[in-house]
Amino acid sequence: MTTLAQSPDELTVEHKVTRAPVSPAQRYAGSVSLLVLGLVTIWRFGIDGHHDQRASIRFGALNAAHVPHFTVPAAPVAWVAGVLTIVLGIIWVVVPRRRLFGLVMGLGVGLFVVALLCWLASASSFVSVDVVGLLTSTIGYSVPLILGALCGVMCERSGVINIAIEGQMLAGAWAAALIGTVLGVTAGMLAGALAGALIGWLLAVFAIRYLVNQVVLGVVLNVFAAGLTGFFYDAFMQTNPEKWNQPPLLDPVKIPGLGDIPVLGPLLFDTSVIVYLMYVLIVLVDIWLFRTRWGLRTRAVGEHPKAADTVGIRVLAMRYRNVIIGGAIAGVGGSYFIFQVGQFQKNITSGAGFIALAALIFGRWSPRGAVAAALLFGFASAMQNMLSINAPSIPSNFVAMLPYLATILAVAGLVGKVRAPAADGEPYVKE
Amino acid sequence: MSEATRDPAADPQAAAATTPEEPEEPRGFWARYARANSLVVTLLAFVAAMVLGGILIAIADTRTQDASHYFFQYPWDTFRYGFAAIWHGYVALFQGAIFNPHTAAKGTWAGYVGPISETLTNATPLILGGLSVGLAFRAGLFNIGGQGQVIMGAVCAGFIGFHYHLPPGLHLLLGIIAGALGGAAWGGLAGLLKAKTGAHEVITTIMLNYVAVSLLAYLLSVKGFQAPPYGQAISNPVYKSAQLPPLLGSSVRVHGGLILALLAAAFVSWLLNRSTLGFRLKAVGANQYASRTAGMSVEGSYITVMLIAGALCGLAGVSQILGTNSQLTGDIDAGIGFDAITVALLGRANAKGIVAAGLLFGALHAGGTQMQSATGTPIDLVQVIQSLIVLFIAAPMLIRAIFRLKGTAAGVGGGELAKGWNG
Repeated sequence: MTTLAQSPDELTVEHKVTRAPVSPAQRYAGSVSLLVLGLVTIWRFGIDGHHDQRASIRFGALNAAHVPHFTVPAAPVAWVAGVLTIVLGIIWVVVPRRRLFGLVMGLGVGLFVVALLCWLASASSFVSVDVVGLLTSTIGYSVPLILGALCGVMCERSGVINIAIEGQMLAGAWAAALIGTVLGVTAGMLAGALAGALIGWLLAVFAIRYLVNQVVLGVVLNVFAAGLTGFFYDAFMQTNPEKWNQPPLLDPVKIPGLGDIPVLGPLLFDTSVIVYLMYVLIVLVDIWLFRTRWGLRTRAVGEHPKAADTVGIRVLAMRYRNVIIGGAIAGVGGSYFIFQVGQFQKNITSGAGFIALAALIFGRWSPRGAVAAALLFGFASAMQNMLSINAPSIPSNFVAMLPYLATILAVAGLVGKVRAPAADGEPYVKE
Repeated sequence: MSEATRDPAADPQAAAATTPEEPEEPRGFWARYARANSLVVTLLAFVAAMVLGGILIAIADTRTQDASHYFFQYPWDTFRYGFAAIWHGYVALFQGAIFNPHTAAKGTWAGYVGPISETLTNATPLILGGLSVGLAFRAGLFNIGGQGQVIMGAVCAGFIGFHYHLPPGLHLLLGIIAGALGGAAWGGLAGLLKAKTGAHEVITTIMLNYVAVSLLAYLLSVKGFQAPPYGQAISNPVYKSAQLPPLLGSSVRVHGGLILALLAAAFVSWLLNRSTLGFRLKAVGANQYASRTAGMSVEGSYITVMLIAGALCGLAGVSQILGTNSQLTGDIDAGIGFDAITVALLGRANAKGIVAAGLLFGALHAGGTQMQSATGTPIDLVQVIQSLIVLFIAAPMLIRAIFRLKGTAAGVGGGELAKGWNG
């Protein structure tokens, strides 16, 4: 070592803690939005709220036995939540910490939601809010989003942009309805996965072999899937639904033991097979991507295909496999619609594939982040649904916008840096 | 799968190297055929898509289905009925889009020009939307937010149209301007985000689409916007003074939006080929780093092009609300935003090509309606044909493989646009 020649002074290392800077936009916009949120909470749910009623909160359906249940005074809760939000806003503008931005904003929105729920539950003595019901419907909305986002994770981590999640889901839904009617639920689910994989295969062939721009390709495949399924729906299914479009519904399956846990049981362990499959897939994709050799290679191919090729990884084969498997996962997500609703309709996925794409990006291209984002978006949909039923005075359409606005803010860098895999969308041509 | 990875055809540089451009005029059909230019690829893509569409028509035909049950006893019936179905289907498509002797036999004006009018009516917003997407393409941006921009254009133009009482000419003019501004605001927002924060325009425009859809749904539930008796999600009707005048008489639907579309095409053509701004946009689209080095403002170009692209889509919304329809509904955009992408790709992102592509797809839409009512073939076939055409054109190597062509024509959406989220 060369340290012998050096004096002790030169060997001293100074540790200086530097914090990531917070941009003025993030600092002041974040603070202002928290202050506004807090004031709205106090004004709308505190001052203007229902003072004569206590909010009645349940953890289970009305007709179920032994439902945990309590009441809180709604207006004071709103006051507390509003004041806390304002305090958060002041703290944020005084001592901003970049890493805590998401947490602070999340807390602010969370407090708002609590005040909103209490306000809803105190509208009259007949109304109460069922938290478990809200969360159940959250999971219901989230399942296709999560599966679609997992599909996106698989594709984009290997370097293929997948805008065609919507098309893969739609094809999956259509095939699941058709085959499900003719051959039963299991075959229907398999067919859904297969149809999704087929669109995935088309995406792979055109993107990898024919080097078509992947965004263009995704859009075109969405149009293709919508056109084809719509065509066959009009040609067969609509005129003869008993024969072609009456798939059986998936009954909830209760897992013995786990299903009997008071609140979590009915929420998580008394649902359809596809949801259990989703649990397994979430864990599998996460382990697979970060704990296996294949996953390491996939990420290498998505970040730096040339380097991966140099060490002998078959870049294109890797991408083909990932895109096709991803398509199959999205196809299962599409079949979820079918076995919940019991029939195929034109454009039944109605944009879920695009929300899944948003969740993928919002979750920063990681499986865990994508699942969390999908749950968040599912919660927004559940809230929107509940508001449109219970509180028509609140424009629920604005709640519907939130996932999209959140995603725009995320890619604009307001919620920290969002970075795609380096080679995402760039075809690889061997030299 | 593994074959694909080793296919030399997957390498455009190798393909270009093996077939250098030769100026001499090729002799004979096969020689000319083999030297396919982009026009031939386009035509063959159309043929291939129509053939696949024909197979779908035959599958959907009930008589063919019945005949297929005894296919192995008497296969001829299946083919006979199948071909009959395809023939009738495409004849109806032609009659709906170009000329229908049955309605012309009635001798009325609408009978003669009805089909052409339908084609032009359908083509108008497609041309405008296609120009928007094509212009953004040339500047290296992918405007996938046509839907949102069309909606915002229609909302703004519609609001002017039904909320104010103004003299005829002025009212229409203000409506058009408002529509263009509405679309420009929505598109410009994506451009601004791209320029200031680097947020990828594909993501932001998709998200802005859904924001616009929700916004429209909200507006259609607000009094002042919603038409009485407030039961349906439909807006007040636009006053007559704000409507685009009919072009071929009031008995058919084609309206002044078509003039607007052609003017816009001329403008885009001028912009791209004759103006300094257009040169800057194209330079940025070709190589943003070189443009920045040359002193051009890349960020400014992004904002400018998205403003113009948004305005063009806004005009498509104007055509929808002040021309084709007179009331806002939840599906006022009628899928134009996404159809426009296929139009721009088919038109190879230049103004003339986009007008032609818009007319072709407009004809397919008009014919598809007639086909559905005459032969029962679902109109979704048009969407399938449209996507297949673009798929084939975007992958010229595939078309060459199918028809065994040699050539050098590169498709739009090929190498020059292949870039990722971070690019």
